[in-house]
Order: sequence, then C-alpha cells, then structure tokens
Amino acid sequence: MLKAKDKIFTNLFGDQSYSLREARSRGDWDQTSDFIKKGSDWIIDEVKKSELRGRGGAGFPTGLKWSFMPKDANKNNYLVVNADESEPGTCKDRDMIRNEPHKLLEGCLLAGFAMNAHDCYIYIRGEYFNESVVLQKAIDEAYEAGLIGKNACNSGWDFNIYLHRGAGAYICGEETALLESLEGKKGQPRLKPPFPANKGLYGSPTTVNNVETIAVVPTILRRSGSWFSSLGKTKNTGTKVFCISGHVNTPCNIEEEMGIPLKELIEKHAGGVRGGWNNLKAIIPGGSSVPMIPKSVCDSVSMDFDSLSSVKSGLGTAAVIVMDQSTDLVKAIARISRFYKHESCGQCTPCREGTGWMWRMMEKIAAGEASPGEIDRLLDVTKQVEGHTICALGDAAAWPIQGLFRHFRDEIEEQLIKKIRAA
Amino acid sequence: MAKVKVDGTEIEVRDDMTILQACEEAGKEIPRFCYHDRLSIAGNCRMCLVDVEGSPKPVASCAMPVNEGMSIHTNTQKVKKAREGVMEFLLINHPLDCPVCDQGGECDLQDQTVAYGSGKSRFDLNKRSVEEKYMGPLIKTYMTRCIHCTRCIRFSEEVAGVEEIGAVNRGENMEITTYLEKSIDSEMSANVIDLCPVGALTSKPYQFEARPWELKKTETIDVMDAVGSNIRVDTYGWKVKRILPRLNEDINEEWISDKSRYACDGLLNQRLDTPYVRHDGNLNATDWNDALNECLSSMKNHKPDEIAFLVGDFIDLETSYLIKQLSESLNIKKIECRQEGVRLPYSDRSQYLFNSTINGIEESDCILIIGSNVREEAPIINTRIRKHLLNKNIPIGLIGEKFDLTFDYEHLGNDLNILKSISDGENNFCKILGKAKKPMIIIGQSVLNRDDSLNAYSLIEDIVHQYSFLDSSWNGVNTLQLSASRIGALDMGCYQSSRSLKDIYADAESGSLKLLFSFGADEIDYSKFQNTKIIYMGSHGDRGASNADLILPSAAYTEKDAIYINTEGRLQYAYQASFPPSEAKTDWKIINQISEMLNLNWGFVTLDDVRKKIKNQYPDLFNQVSADRPYKRLLANKASKISFDNKEIGSMIKDFYLTDSISRLSKTMAECSQIRKELRNGKAI
Amino acid sequence: MTETFSFNAESLDKVKFELSKYPEDRKQSAVMSLLDIAQRQNGGWLSKSAIEHVASHLEMPYIKVYEIVTFYSMYYTTPVGKYFVQVCTTTPCWLKGSDEVVKACKETISEKQNELSNDGLFSWMEVECLGACVNAPLVQINDDFYEDLNYENTKNVLQSFIDGNPSPIGSQTGRKGSRAEEYVKS
Repeated sequence: MLKAKDKIFTNLFGDQSYSLREARSRGDWDQTSDFIKKGSDWIIDEVKKSELRGRGGAGFPTGLKWSFMPKDANKNNYLVVNADESEPGTCKDRDMIRNEPHKLLEGCLLAGFAMNAHDCYIYIRGEYFNESVVLQKAIDEAYEAGLIGKNACNSGWDFNIYLHRGAGAYICGEETALLESLEGKKGQPRLKPPFPANKGLYGSPTTVNNVETIAVVPTILRRSGSWFSSLGKTKNTGTKVFCISGHVNTPCNIEEEMGIPLKELIEKHAGGVRGGWNNLKAIIPGGSSVPMIPKSVCDSVSMDFDSLSSVKSGLGTAAVIVMDQSTDLVKAIARISRFYKHESCGQCTPCREGTGWMWRMMEKIAAGEASPGEIDRLLDVTKQVEGHTICALGDAAAWPIQGLFRHFRDEIEEQLIKKIRAA
Repeated sequence: MAKVKVDGTEIEVRDDMTILQACEEAGKEIPRFCYHDRLSIAGNCRMCLVDVEGSPKPVASCAMPVNEGMSIHTNTQKVKKAREGVMEFLLINHPLDCPVCDQGGECDLQDQTVAYGSGKSRFDLNKRSVEEKYMGPLIKTYMTRCIHCTRCIRFSEEVAGVEEIGAVNRGENMEITTYLEKSIDSEMSANVIDLCPVGALTSKPYQFEARPWELKKTETIDVMDAVGSNIRVDTYGWKVKRILPRLNEDINEEWISDKSRYACDGLLNQRLDTPYVRHDGNLNATDWNDALNECLSSMKNHKPDEIAFLVGDFIDLETSYLIKQLSESLNIKKIECRQEGVRLPYSDRSQYLFNSTINGIEESDCILIIGSNVREEAPIINTRIRKHLLNKNIPIGLIGEKFDLTFDYEHLGNDLNILKSISDGENNFCKILGKAKKPMIIIGQSVLNRDDSLNAYSLIEDIVHQYSFLDSSWNGVNTLQLSASRIGALDMGCYQSSRSLKDIYADAESGSLKLLFSFGADEIDYSKFQNTKIIYMGSHGDRGASNADLILPSAAYTEKDAIYINTEGRLQYAYQASFPPSEAKTDWKIINQISEMLNLNWGFVTLDDVRKKIKNQYPDLFNQVSADRPYKRLLANKASKISFDNKEIGSMIKDFYLTDSISRLSKTMAECSQIRKELRNGKAI
Repeated sequence: MTETFSFNAESLDKVKFELSKYPEDRKQSAVMSLLDIAQRQNGGWLSKSAIEHVASHLEMPYIKVYEIVTFYSMYYTTPVGKYFVQVCTTTPCWLKGSDEVVKACKETISEKQNELSNDGLFSWMEVECLGACVNAPLVQINDDFYEDLNYENTKNVLQSFIDGNPSPIGSQTGRKGSRAEEYVKS
C-alpha cells in the first residue's frame, strides 16, 4: 500500500489547478537547473538506478533506452512523448496531462537534456481536445517563465516543446507509426531495424517515451533513484497509476505501489468487485492487449510486469478491466477483436486480413453459431498472426483470444454444443 | 563482406545485403510479393519470412540486413507454417477469378500458392469486394484482386516520379486508387501492370485477348524512340497481341514507355498491304511488277540532281545501307535522314551519339540539358536520370522550356544566350560545372535544327572543352536522337554535310526537285512537295502514303529481322515476330530488287550477305559501347560575336502519343492523347 | 452551391502557428493540424475543395492528403450534425452499459448512425475507446466528454442541447475527474 509521502502525483483528480503557480506549490520545477548542471550522465544514472520501466505498455528499462541515443553533439536528437493513449481500459495519461502537465513538461526538459535533444514533440490523441488546450496553455506558461525555450531554467540548454494533435488512430501509439504520423504521413509502422534511436523523426536519432514515464522523472531525480527502486519489487520498481474499470463498485484511477496484489488494489481503491470478490469472473490486468486471467489467478497475483507475465498475461498499461459473472466473455472479447480490426493500419497481410477474420469468427462463436472445431481454427489463425506482423498490433489482436480460450474453453464449448443440440 | 550461413551452407556476401539477397546468392528461392529490387523495401506482404537463429520470431528477409555470423534457415517447419499462414490470409479475400483473370498463367499468387500454400481452404465467411477504379486508358483495374503489396504506389512515386497512386482508408478497407480516379499522367504508367503480382492491374488494350501459354514470344528491339528498349513481342498466329519489356540493365532495365508498349495496335491499322499507283488523283492497287517498273521509269526519267532520297524513322540499318548504295550507284546526291532539319556538317559519329551511354548517366555528377524535353523524347533515359538524382542528388540544369521532367532541376532559362554566358564564364552554373568531374551535356534536336545552330553548337563545344566533359575515361557529350533509324542512317551516310531538309524543301518549292523517294519519311511537311512526284516506301497509310504517287508497301518493325542502332550507338538485333500483310515486303528486299532491275550487280541474296558487307565496311559499329569513347570536335573554334535573335528554344514533341506513323494509327495512343489533353486542361475525366 | 474553400483570417493565424512547430523543409508534418483547422472552419467536415486547399497550401500531391483524410477516424468527408455525438462501445464501456447509451441516441437522434436527426441538430456514431474508461460509459459531443452515463442521463444531456443549454461537461454523476466515488456498502 502506497504511503502518501511516496505518491508522485498529488493532483491527479484536479482538486487544484494545473497552472504553473499551483504546480510549483506542489513541488514541480524545483531544482531543475541543478539537475541539468549535474549533467546528462548523472540523470541517466539516477534513472537507471531507479529501475524505471516504460509505462506505455512494453515495460522497457527507461535508463537503458535513453543510453541508446548518440552522444554526438552534431546530431539533431529528438525526444517524442507518446500521449496517444488509446489502449482500451487506459486513461491515466489524460489525468496527468489535464491536471499535472508541468510534471510532464519538466520531465521533458530533463529527459531531453539527458539524451542530447533540443526539441521535443508531444503527440496527443486527437480526441483529447480539451486536454490539449490545457497542455498548450501549460507549455505557454513554461515558455513565458523561461522554464523552457532558450536557456531553459537558466541552465544553458535550449529546449523547445511542441504539441502535435493526432486524429483518431490507435496504431499511432506504436512508436514508429507515431513518428510517421508526426512527419505528416499515414500512421503505418516502420520496419525495425533501423530503430528510432538510430533513425527516428526526420531520420534523426529519436526516443519515444510514454507520458507517465517522463512525468515521473523529475520526482525520481528529486527524491533519488534509490527511493524509487525501494518501492515495488525487484526489477518492477516504483509507483504506477492504475486505471480500474468495468464491474467494480467505484471505478477510478489510483496511484499505487508497483507489485500491489490485484485483490488488494481492487478492494482498497475501487470498492471491490460488484457483488463481492466471489462474483468475479475474469480480469484483463493491463489493457485490452494482454490475455485475461481467471478469478483463480486474480486471487493471488501481484500487479507488476514479471508476476503477470509468469501467469501468461502482462502488466501492459496497468488498465485493470474487471468482469464479473454476468459477463458474456465471448462477447467482451469479440468486441475487443472488433476494436483491433478497426484500428489495423492495413499495411501487412496477417493483420489486415487476420484481424477481420478473427473478429468474424469470434462473432460467430458469440452468437452461438459455431462448432467447437471452429475454435481450433480460430486459435490456429491467432498463431498465424502472432509474430508475423510488422508491429505488435497483430500480437495484441491475437492474445486476448488466446487468453479467453486458455481459461474458459470448456465453458464456451459447452455453450456451443448446447446450442447445436437445441437447434 | 560478411559470412553468413544459409541452410547450413556458409557463403560470403556483401555486408550491405539483406537476408533475402543473401539467400538468393545461395540459390534459395524466397517467395515474396511486395519486394522488388528496383523499388524501395516495403516489407509488408510478410511472405519472405525466414528463420534466423537467435530470433524468437521469424524475420522479414527482404528488410533485415545481414550480420556477420548470421545463421539463416529457409525451410524449417516454422518458416513453412509462416508461409502457409500468409498465403492463407492473402487468399481469404481474394476472388476466385482465375478463369476470367488475364494474369492467369503468369501470376505470382498462383505460382506461390502452388509452391507454398497449404492446399486447402477453411474460410467460410463472405469475401469482401472492392469497386473497380479508373486509372486511365491503359490500366484495367480489378481492385478486388489487389493484395496491397504497394508496388504500384512505390513505382509511381519513385521511378515514374508522379505521386498519383495511393492507398486510402485503413485496415481491411484499404484500397489502392488514384485521387478521385484520375488517369495517371506518366509516360511510364503501364509498367505497374508488369509489377502487379496479381490481376488487379492488367492491360486494358490486351484485356481478354490471349492466355500467356498460347503466345509465341519473340525477343526484339523497340523502335518507338531512339532508346532501343529491349522488348518481347507476343504473337498469336501472325497478330501481335502485346509487347512487354525485356531485361537489359544497360538500357531500359525492366521498363518500357507506354508508347513502346501500346502503339502496337497501330500495326493492324491502315496497313499498306499492296503496291498502289496514283492515276488521275486516285490510288489504285497494282502488283509489284507494275509498281517497280513504274518506280524505275520515274527514276530514269529524271536527272540525278532532280531526285531526292529521304530516310524515315523506322528504316533499319541494312536498308539504310542499301539506300545509300542505291543513291551512290545512281549518283543521287540529295539524300537526307535528318527529318528534324538538322544542318550540322558531321565529321564523326561522336558528334551525334549519346556518348556517355545510358549507364553512364549513373556515373555523372552534373547534367546540363539543352533544349530537350527528355521526359517525352526518351522516357527511359529520363527515368534513369531521375533514378540517379534520387540516389546521388547531383545538380541538373536545363536551358530551354521549363518542362516538367518529374524531378527538380535548376531552370537556367529559355534563352540560347545563356550558352554564351556560360561559355564566357559569367553564369552561376559555371561554378557548378567547375566542380563536376564527370559532367554530362544532353543536346536536344531543337537546338540543332535552327538557322543559328552552328553558333549554338560552337558555344556548346567551347563549354565542353572548358570543363571536364572530355577525358580519357569519360565522354560527356550527348545528342539525344528521337527516332530509331537515325543513328543507323547517319552512320551509313544518308545525309549531306552542307545541306539539310530545309534545302530539299527549297528545291521542291523552286521546282528543281522533280522526284522524291520517301523511305518511310512521315515527319516531313508534304505540302512543300505539291509539284514533286513522290514514291513512298512504308508500312502504314500515314502522311507519306496519302501524298504519294507510287506506294511500295514494306514491313513494320515486328515483321522483319533487322539491325537498329540506338542513340548511344549501340547496335542491336531485332527479330521477326510476325509477317507483313499480304503483298508487303521486307524493306531491304525492295531496294535489292530495284538494284537488280537496274543491273547494279550487288550480289546480295540473303540479309546476312548485306550484314557481312556492312561489317566489313564499318567494323566499329559492331563494337561494344562505353562511356569513354573519344569525341571529335566538329567546329574549329568558337564563333565570335554571337547573338541569338530568336533566343527561345522550341520543343520537338507536340504530342508524345502521336509522334510517328504507327502511333498515329493506334487507337490506344489516340485515346491516351485525348485523355492527356483533358487532364492537362483541368477537366475531370 | 459548392463554394471553393480557402482559409479565413482566423484559420490562417492558426495555420501559421502550426507551421511554426516544424522545420521549414518539413511542412508536411502540419497536414494533420491543417486538415483539422479546415474541418472546423467548414462546419465539422471536409469537402473536396477543403482537402485540395490544404494540399496546395502544403504543396503536397492531392492523393497523399486524401490518404491522410481517409486513414484517420476524426476526419469526415460528409456533413455531420451540429452536435456530433460519438458513443464509445469498446469493451470497458460496454461492460458498464454503453448499449443503453446507444439506445438513448437511437431514440433521440436517429435509428441509424451518421444520419442527421430530423431537426438537423445531431448525428451520432459508434467510436472506439475514447480513453476515459474509469468514467465509463461516455460520449464525446464535438470536443467535450460526457461521462458516467446511463440511459436516463444520456437523454438528459441530449435534451440539454436541444434546449440550448448544454449540461456541464465531464461526469454526469458528480464525480471529480477519475476519482473513485464514495462507495457506500448497501
């Protein structure tokens, strides 16, 4: 259970205003130029010490990611912040942007400096219009106060932040698709290699980080990397903002310690599963891309990257979607399949053709119009999509279906056979 | 270099290669749809997936560069399943059109399904269908068949230089189309038909005409411009069904222009299939005996200096040789092949060749184009310039009309005086020329057919000698010819040094020219010859035939074995794919028969006899071409006190699609011409 | 009557600001924001003329801009209602009753999606996850989110627009942002 003193986000629900003055009173923009004076190596070291892992879903060690950027002063490095929050179940970056934007902006300066970048683009999803207005106002405030721009915070480092709005495409949350979109093209992911740290925005070395990852950096530097790594578990450190949605009594966002047991998270902060814990059927613990876990696993699993992958799921964005006994799981997952079909960019064959086929097969099963043999066909198709695509959307489309049948196949087959017999 | 293992065998490959290229070096076939070695890498079909040791997922071999020590497997179970999977995905929405699809028999999807598919279908839902899109008069689209490989988009953008094809919508709704279904405005547009791996983009004129296995394929040479693109003529019976490009890395790579591809339906229209004689204003069919007798008596009735020979655009080398022989035997001095009206006193073939060679374009570090719309005069050469520019971003300058060449260049102005300012060292482009080690100059015919062309050419030669255009390893002086016959005819001496076509017009108008023997010369102004008797030898009823008093029907380029020399001076062999209609005869045989009737005792029995004679007399013509041939100066020195009153340079091509007798009689070319006019006048199609 | 579209003075100011964000030789990056500016000026949708105007402004081929318009969900090429109601029906919202919200829209606006209501004020459509899942179910009306909906309060919100006095944006059950409600065990 996270102690109040260890919370990073103190205005997540907007009790105070987002503005610079109040942000400062919450501790933002304090010692920023001191950190810059300590140098980029120091910053990267502290972040490495903190063992912070990317908060956008992949969980890649952040300090390590920053160290991939070339130190060559002649290169035009870029920091790009991924605020294209579109993973179903996820709504944490929204709060940070509309209520604590200065944490993000300060983080951009520090991260940007650490990776030798003078320019930063924040790519925010198009639907977050009001949030983008607030963020732009915060950026304007920061420029006016000399916190960013020429000689940011009097540190000698020039730093520009630009806000770029998306226009409705989940795929633009994929880092190379985001870069394509920033360059004014369709958001179709690029082949890797080359990696963005080598050839990113406009062909220059670029690092793409999630909002939350960047927003926690200033606090890590203020309280020290070892403070952050003292929270959570080994290799799964620090705090995390969880988004608890679905069949809970009081859905909410809540910042908690990494590794908190799932049951505790839901019961302490979301009013528990509606109808009681035993009314729980299954949970998707990390956003729609990760496989679901049945109640039996939920009883004891902890919310961190490694614990969840050991039960064949994942922490992802920590978007906890709770489904109780009343849920028709097949319909729930069919709707997720439909989401992936809608969001597929269409570039590569398995995803373009496969997401549609998988969705339609799921709909058949949801309608009870399939035979059990078709489940094998569907699972086979998920295996044909998984791992064969340019980006992870293919995997993300395949995994929920695999998760569903991994844990609930017998139940679903029973339903199908019942329907066939009744016909 | 890097050492990699492919299926257990170690090979050494260039370290900038991709895994796919390395596998091909090792002799392993990798299936693919989107990869094409002349286009950028897309990596989106996922058919080329292979297993790389150490990688948990299969890897797209077309995109992944090789690494030292990599171990690649192309035939594991994982790879097999991946290929079957991708194949299945491609087929679930692909219509079962094979029986009605033109691509059948030469379809990548068919071939790879047989080789790599799972052999059975388990898709039991509805297939999606896509509305046909209009892409112009040459490309028939069945977009339901499209597998979204994006080759057409990449070709249009990268090679043809017109960003007109795109993929709209997202996901499974993705459709390839042009903006609001406009026709594609490019001379190279139909190459996407070859590139499309399925029957989504097929040839409209060739629609439903034949199956590939029914066609006889003849490898020959194109004559619709002076590039000498290598083509393959497919015939069914004696009818030419279609023309496809043939690979030639030195000339046309894998492409041909739309005119080369589609003017061939003109081969069936308005053919001169029997001799005609004009009596009382009407042309009456007759037989060869009568026609040749008439021909001979016309020639005997006039003095040699009352007769002129004009050699047209499609005349092959052997025929040009015999025409020259005939003129010499009869002491006929007035012979001309330069229908553009050029009047330079050539003393060496380097003065009218594209000396750098087309390959040489890719070695050049600076190009100066003078008075040439390369895009329409030689689309293949324009494509090569564009390719090199995208690669190396060299400076390109143009003096002349501001043509849209599909690439950016510095327009120095449409003013011949600029040549003077460069020659005097006063132009900004001089600095650029000064830095270049292998500059190229491309001279268009519209600079050479003017009254002041000698002045212009002397400035050009002066510039060429001031900068690094010529040294022992490089000849950067290039004249761009417009027709396939030109170099051959010039090499055979079918011109007069001190005269030009304009002088022959003057002779005709003054009445001193009594007889014109036009050998397929259709690009001249026949109105000048009202009072001249005209004998026309040619294949089509175009301008020449309609003005002629005597018509000797000859074979078109697909109907004879012949030699053509292209604008680089490269000698190439064309082969007979079909037969001339009815009474029409091969050109060289007509001249030969005339010679026999005149008792000239040439002694030629077969075409080979003629070729042997030519080779004996002009052995150098048969040499390989290279970019380091010497240039012989035409004019002794730079003319003094030059000024150009009419400073603007014109343009030789009025309509790309209607430049010669065959294309003017082609329905397809007429349609293309009409649509292009509408496109360029801003009218929607 | 179809007029030719061109940016008005207000839009041009916004255009200038957008273009200033990117390097001079990379103005293509501004295509998404310019299309949005054009769409807003044009009443919520992009006409052919608007698309071509943006393309000329950025010196981009028409087809490339058209690709962008059709790729991203938030560009519309046919007219939308004055109040454009986008209903999220992705699983987190579905679990919390988005079907009821859809029912309310069908009754108040139109049975079919993307059809103008009889009074021309509204059109509605289903969209994918809007990113406010802990306040599910929700709709986006033009730029604003209306959250924590059910059949009743959806109808109320829509009515408030008809009455010319739109409800305050955000949670329709009084929650403060994404904070948990006070949960009283019954």
